[in-house]
Amino acid sequence: MTKNTDEPLVRIRDLVYARGERPIFNGMDIDIQRGKLTAIMGPSGTGKTTLLRLIGGQLRPDAGSVLVDGQSVPELGLRDLYRLRRRMGMLFQNGALLTDINVFDNVAFPLREHTKLPESMIRNLVLMKLHAVGLRGARDLMPNELSGGMARRVAMARAIALDPMMIMYDEPFTGQDPISMGVLVSLLRTLTDTLGLTSVMVSHDVNESLSIADYVYVISEGKVVEHGSPDDLKNSNSPWVQQFLQGLRDGPVPFHFPAPDYGEDLLGKAVQGAVQ
Amino acid sequence: MMQTLQGLGASVLGAAERLGRGHLFLIHVLRGFPALLPRFGLVIQQLFSVGVLSLLIIAVAGLFVGMVLALQGYNTLVDFGATESLGVMVALSLVRELGPVVAGLLFAGRAGSALTAEIGLMKATEQLSAMEMMAVDPLHRVVAPRFLAGILAMPLLAAIFSALGVLGGYFVAVGLLGVDDGAFWSQMQAKVGLYDDVLNGVIKSIVFGFVVSWIAVFEGYDAVPTSEGVSRATTNTVVHGSLAVLGLDFVLTALMFGG
Repeated sequence: MTKNTDEPLVRIRDLVYARGERPIFNGMDIDIQRGKLTAIMGPSGTGKTTLLRLIGGQLRPDAGSVLVDGQSVPELGLRDLYRLRRRMGMLFQNGALLTDINVFDNVAFPLREHTKLPESMIRNLVLMKLHAVGLRGARDLMPNELSGGMARRVAMARAIALDPMMIMYDEPFTGQDPISMGVLVSLLRTLTDTLGLTSVMVSHDVNESLSIADYVYVISEGKVVEHGSPDDLKNSNSPWVQQFLQGLRDGPVPFHFPAPDYGEDLLGKAVQGAVQ
Repeated sequence: MMQTLQGLGASVLGAAERLGRGHLFLIHVLRGFPALLPRFGLVIQQLFSVGVLSLLIIAVAGLFVGMVLALQGYNTLVDFGATESLGVMVALSLVRELGPVVAGLLFAGRAGSALTAEIGLMKATEQLSAMEMMAVDPLHRVVAPRFLAGILAMPLLAAIFSALGVLGGYFVAVGLLGVDDGAFWSQMQAKVGLYDDVLNGVIKSIVFGFVVSWIAVFEGYDAVPTSEGVSRATTNTVVHGSLAVLGLDFVLTALMFGG
């Protein structure tokens, strides 16, 4: 059971992680509060998904600590790590449903793997979870018959199947039409509130994230650039944050990739590799 | 010069590292075998896709290989007036060599490639990652049943290959070439030994099944999770699997029949 305290469910301190030669995180601190929906935003390629994998123990940091419910994730053995993961759900970008079994069996999968419940009870539980995401009627469909938004909703039902303490959402809104985006946005909020879940969402969909998150971290180049409530963020003085939130094409993040002088380049006088 | 040496060293180190990874992978998968006993249904499912779905190609190939053996053998034996030994020749060739080897090659092409592609695609679509996050070990849940099914299916497929090959040889020898029916079977019965020939053939097929399935599941699990990576892994399975079958066949033959 989740400890009932005020301390954050996830506490990340001085996180350092590099992929090969390329540094991803360089001394990052993040707290995820219990029962809240925390959004982690940043441009593509800043390692948002990597952060979720570090929290879930699929990757190990080079330095720093990742504590989940008081347990240090990088130091857990496989058995303890799996025990902890039973209390965490994760929603992958494409849903990552098992493609050879239907919707019902996908949601039943964690229940059948981890419990010895009778089949009649599993059926009831699965139908309840599917009902929560509005797809009780789609139980017999195969994953390839679902739209992208429906697949993510099934994956949500699967993620809450074992009643976890926390769910991590990896880019839940990417590539969705406005209707299914709206459905997913309201589902995320409803699930967090009604199940008392702690939700962590990484996303670069600014408006949707700000509209539902309780707390927001903006990360870039391995560090937290800004954090606070959505209102704090909108009033941020940082030009970088303003560029990111408003989607301005030029600012601290330049529109042009570093290149030699334009005129000289067109006249063929620019030296290859010289950067202005 | 230095660069060539460097490249050579790097590729040797890379290969050694991969070999080590493959062995650690194998140990981890084998540890999952006991847990399969109470859930043998998982293995049965895989036995169907690895074994039953390979039956057609194995059966047809076995039949034709036996028929060709009989045709070719007859041409040689007829000069010595020894055509009644045709049955022995066909049966020994099949049971000792061609059964396990050709079935192994076909197994690598049909079942091995399918295993690699399936596991590789599961990795590319994050299904394996999702299982890990659901606290289900994909090596035990996905890889172990497929691996065990491969090991179990291969000797059975090799046996079916040999049996149908003998039958094909019989049709050609007795039906087409006029070899004496009784001599064909009785010589075979007298000269083919259960331990020396049949059992050694079975051992070969078990070894081939183990190695080809190992290569197939490892290539899939270790594939670069892109469409190009999966296609390369599938090719690797067929190439490495086939070469392993042929190479190991030489080693096993030398051990069994060499001295």
